[in-house]
Amino acid sequence: MPRLCYLLERGVVMKKNIKLLQGNEACVHGAIYAGMNFFAGYPITPSTEIAEVSSELLPKNNGKFIQMEDEIAGMAATIGAAVAGSKSMTATSGPGFSLKQENIGYASITEIPCVIVNVQRHGPSTGLPTSPGQGDYMQAKWGTHGDHPIIALSPTTVREVFELTVKAFNFSEKYRTPVILLMDEVIGHLREKIEIPEVGELEIVPRKTPEVKPDQYKAYEYTEDLVPAMANFGTGYRYNITGLVHDETGFPTNSTKEATRLIDRLMAKIDNNLDDILIYEEGYALESETLFIAFGGIVRSVKEAVLKLREQGHNVGYFAPKTVWPFPHNKLEELSKNKKNIFVAEMNLGQMIEPVKLSVDDRNIVKGINKANGEIISPEEIIESFMEVVK
Amino acid sequence: MSSQIISQTMRTDRLPHIWCPGCGHGILMRAIAVAIEDLKLDKDKVCIVSGIGCSSRASGYMDFNTLHTTHGRALAFATGVKFASPELHVIVVTGDGDASAIGGNHLIHACRRNIDITTIVFNNNIYGMTGGQFSPTTPKGDKGTTAPFGNIDKAFDICSLAKGAGATYVARSTAYHANKMIEYIKTGINHKGFSLIEGISSCPTYYGRKNKKGGAVDLLNHLKDTFVDIKVKDKLPPEKLENKLFMGEFHHSVEPEYTAEYDKIIELFSTGGEE
Repeated sequence: MPRLCYLLERGVVMKKNIKLLQGNEACVHGAIYAGMNFFAGYPITPSTEIAEVSSELLPKNNGKFIQMEDEIAGMAATIGAAVAGSKSMTATSGPGFSLKQENIGYASITEIPCVIVNVQRHGPSTGLPTSPGQGDYMQAKWGTHGDHPIIALSPTTVREVFELTVKAFNFSEKYRTPVILLMDEVIGHLREKIEIPEVGELEIVPRKTPEVKPDQYKAYEYTEDLVPAMANFGTGYRYNITGLVHDETGFPTNSTKEATRLIDRLMAKIDNNLDDILIYEEGYALESETLFIAFGGIVRSVKEAVLKLREQGHNVGYFAPKTVWPFPHNKLEELSKNKKNIFVAEMNLGQMIEPVKLSVDDRNIVKGINKANGEIISPEEIIESFMEVVK
Repeated sequence: MSSQIISQTMRTDRLPHIWCPGCGHGILMRAIAVAIEDLKLDKDKVCIVSGIGCSSRASGYMDFNTLHTTHGRALAFATGVKFASPELHVIVVTGDGDASAIGGNHLIHACRRNIDITTIVFNNNIYGMTGGQFSPTTPKGDKGTTAPFGNIDKAFDICSLAKGAGATYVARSTAYHANKMIEYIKTGINHKGFSLIEGISSCPTYYGRKNKKGGAVDLLNHLKDTFVDIKVKDKLPPEKLENKLFMGEFHHSVEPEYTAEYDKIIELFSTGGEE
């Protein structure tokens, strides 16, 4: 068989941008596709390739890369660059994700668009730095103090890393919120063939900047869509950004009424748009008797297990949220009707199982398949857990 | 004259400020405003970044692009702003605790990079916002609410720290020596590189009261009597230098600036048309 490059030279097949990429590398390609022109970070296993590839690709694409002195500074500089008009991103893993939390909360209340990648490794603390984990699922939602909205996306394939990174940037701009790309080491270091989308193939959402003149601009105006237009610093709109509770002018206030109004708007701008934000994949999910639920790398094992079990005649299906926060409660409630068993497979001791239980009528049918030792959960282990319950 | 400074540079609807009567911070904030006015900077291109604490409330009163960030992190945020938009004049307003305790790591690394940011440290030797705890610049032996028997920690000399870490313009003045403060801030803004200007402030409410050093006027007089310009240090007899502290321009050098250095890397690829 002739080699592909030979065929390409002859024009036999259409030239496509096909690459063999690691999840971490695909993340950077996706980010640049989405318009990322700023990256600030700090080296940490197993996310380091994201910083390395960014340091090489950004200056070639008129963007900027900076290695900061620590994880906290990486998050801060990412936000600072966004304020100055950049599409910016940072990447980290467990311990670094813990350190970034305060400034993630700052981005949330000040509504600065930015993307935070967390390539999850085993924890707590230093844990098993080179082994996968999914123990940061709850942290992605609740890691920073106080009530706040967050969007977190979790990819299963290298192509999905690319696409969800683009989505992460889009959501961050559209809803003016930090977005977490919650990867795991399985996907971060997995190599797969990926066809890089053509320019224009995927939607890119630009920042909504003010249409009014500077003297009429209210930085945190209560608009119909609840997402205020954002003026980039240096463009003639002089305003104040603060992590203190602020009114629609952007200046601090101690008013409990304004605090209620602000937090309500922050939550509602996400909750009102779940149709747009919630992304999931399902297979035989509605009709099956048994449903498997997983996210990230473990979806691969679940799909394999479902395939094998169905070959053996078992009526099983799967549901894989890609948007893991906010959690797709309504969708799962609908799917869970008439289920005999629901299994939640995750590389932790039971985190996503909690919102799953909240989504179903009978929580007794929900069982966990858990592992928190740095190993992935294999399809065989999933099948075994199923057999133990159904026999 | 002064009222014009206020109307030109301050958000008058945000005044009066929250600082206690007799606090030195107002004098230091005015020095920044006068420096910006004197240099005729385009207000739309000035960005003031601050952290958390008494000092850091200054940003909210000043009519520029203002970013009031998290405790200790002002310089890290400012690095993002400046690196992304080098055409902005980025000025960081921070306090002694904000800059040298919780933000100490960011301070030394911003100095080391020599990124073109002007940092003004309002040093009142105490954590004022939280009610008078000792800070890294509280003199040894002095009292704070968390050092009721006297502080046993050795104090930081923020200017020496900045110089040692690689800042290319380092100066110190005080709330009493307001004109010098203005002069140094102007030099700092014009300097292409990382500049740090320490403004010794006064806190009659906590530091002054805890240490029985008197009220607002006494504390300003203390600054007047204690600080000696580094230029005359060698001309004074040793007995006149007893118990004195030094102010003035400690360091001024020209070294490659961070954003300009990075632009050279981008330049490598802007003509080559690589990937």
